[in-house]
Amino acid sequence: MKKRLVYVLLSVGLLVMSAPFLWMALSAFKTSSELTASPPVWIPTEWTLDNFSALLDKLDLPLYFMNSVIVAVLVTVSNLVFCSMLGYALAKLNFAGKNKIFGLVLGALMVPGNLMLLPLFVLMSKLQLIDSYAALVLPFAAGAFGVFLMRQFMQSIPDELLEAARMDGAGEWYIFWRIVMPLVKPALATLSIFTFLGSWNNFVWPLIATNDPDKYTLPVALATFATDPNKSGGSNGMLMAGSFLIVLPVLIVFAVLQRHFTQGIATAGMK
Amino acid sequence: MSTTSTKTEKVARAAGVRAATGSAGPGRGRKQGSKRGSMGVQNFAGWLFSTPFLVLFTVFMAFPIVATLLMSFTDFGLRNVTHPLEANFIGFENYTKLFSDEKFLKALFNTAYFVVIGVPLTILLGLVVAVLLNNGIDRARTFFRVGFYAPVVTSIVAVAVVWRFVLDPSDGLIAGLFSEVGLTAPDFLGDEKLAMPSLIAMAVWRNLGTVMVLFIAGLQAIPTEVREAAKLDGAGMWQEFRAITVPLLRPTLLYATVITTIGYLNVFEEPFVMTQGGPSDSTLTVSLDMYREGFNFFHMGYASAMAYVLFVVIMGITVLQLRLLKDNTK
Repeated sequence: MKKRLVYVLLSVGLLVMSAPFLWMALSAFKTSSELTASPPVWIPTEWTLDNFSALLDKLDLPLYFMNSVIVAVLVTVSNLVFCSMLGYALAKLNFAGKNKIFGLVLGALMVPGNLMLLPLFVLMSKLQLIDSYAALVLPFAAGAFGVFLMRQFMQSIPDELLEAARMDGAGEWYIFWRIVMPLVKPALATLSIFTFLGSWNNFVWPLIATNDPDKYTLPVALATFATDPNKSGGSNGMLMAGSFLIVLPVLIVFAVLQRHFTQGIATAGMK
Repeated sequence: MSTTSTKTEKVARAAGVRAATGSAGPGRGRKQGSKRGSMGVQNFAGWLFSTPFLVLFTVFMAFPIVATLLMSFTDFGLRNVTHPLEANFIGFENYTKLFSDEKFLKALFNTAYFVVIGVPLTILLGLVVAVLLNNGIDRARTFFRVGFYAPVVTSIVAVAVVWRFVLDPSDGLIAGLFSEVGLTAPDFLGDEKLAMPSLIAMAVWRNLGTVMVLFIAGLQAIPTEVREAAKLDGAGMWQEFRAITVPLLRPTLLYATVITTIGYLNVFEEPFVMTQGGPSDSTLTVSLDMYREGFNFFHMGYASAMAYVLFVVIMGITVLQLRLLKDNTK
């Protein structure tokens, strides 16, 4: 009996949580008359791809998709390398200044990103990097969260293993790449997913760092389109189609790899 | 924080001991190192492994943090983007101006409103879902967890666009629900009184999943023996929740509250995409005001002062929360 109540409560909750997604997915396939019908139509009677083709006519989605992919891949790879390196040093090496660096990482976790926007924009303008991939990637090339995550995972590797390798004459670089990195593959997977999605969904900085529409990432292109009635013509159909295309790949990837997400959040939360 | 640092120290000490005993053995193959040799190698390696992060950190974080502070004492404007050093020092003028700027005070109030209503709702609902998922659901747990967490991973811009449509008074989802029962839906985003609550509802919807996952991890860390002991002592469900779950979840509660508060104090995307701060600035938040002053009007010195006021508020509230919630554990 009690179990049944729990199931009912959770199902109602889940329905509320997924309603906006369902509404978006269904609306993307509605005709314009059904989109504006009152009372609203829930399920399209006539499924159409018109919204998608209209959107593709107005927005160069493949271009924005590629921009988002390139930026997210570069950000992810650099985070994997640099965060793991520092994570290894903090977890497994004993060196002067280590505690200070760890303090710096913890401090960096707490600083809101908005605080850096203005000088970063000036810096990128001075370096003439506005509208370049470099401007989109560099400020996110290594994050404190990644360092923290990798350090937490690497601490669980037994020191005896590394000592044995050291006695066999292995250098720290070799130990890091050949012994530690293969052992923390699950953590690397978690960090890649987080970083990739973080970059994929990032909005404020790409909005500031790009003026040329050819360098927009997907969210910037969609937001610019959505907030400018001259462009979208107030067409909810096109906007739902656009949202659908941005959200769907993410939801699929997430559903497949969800274990890594929860693991990552939990690790960061437990400290 | 304090538990973390003591843990770190312990680990550091342990590592130190092991490193010393390690090198007192047959010695390192390459160097036949003494104690000092091994330490030297680790010192060198440690800094080498830290360098890339530190360089990026310095250029893209430390420098901007300091630069924002310096800019906040100047009249940094559009022409200074190309000639930063020609900005004029004007002391605290930006700051004094801020506190007589009605628009900014309104933004400050709106942000506080968002946090004060949004954070407790997010934490409470996240906790409820976590407890439900932890009690009695076994087979479908993953399914539900994925469903509740899904909004967290999706693009805020796409989600905000969808919500704008969901809340649309003429053809939105909510309007549809209202008309099914013969009512007319209010214009959620067009009404000064309803716009902010609508944004809060969306934020709660979006962030509940993060809090839920944290609480699930926290709940699973509670040993079942403790629960069973409580049951043997005749504790009911509510008593068990109050006497065991809540106290043992305190560290998780603290962490969840702090990160949610920091996130909500920075709220930007929701009003940017959904309302552009309107109607009549009723959803103008500090971050949105800062963005506009800085990047639309290029009052960058003024915007920097805003950024620092927000930063100080965030630090103050975080420290306060850490202290309040820690004291309760005693």
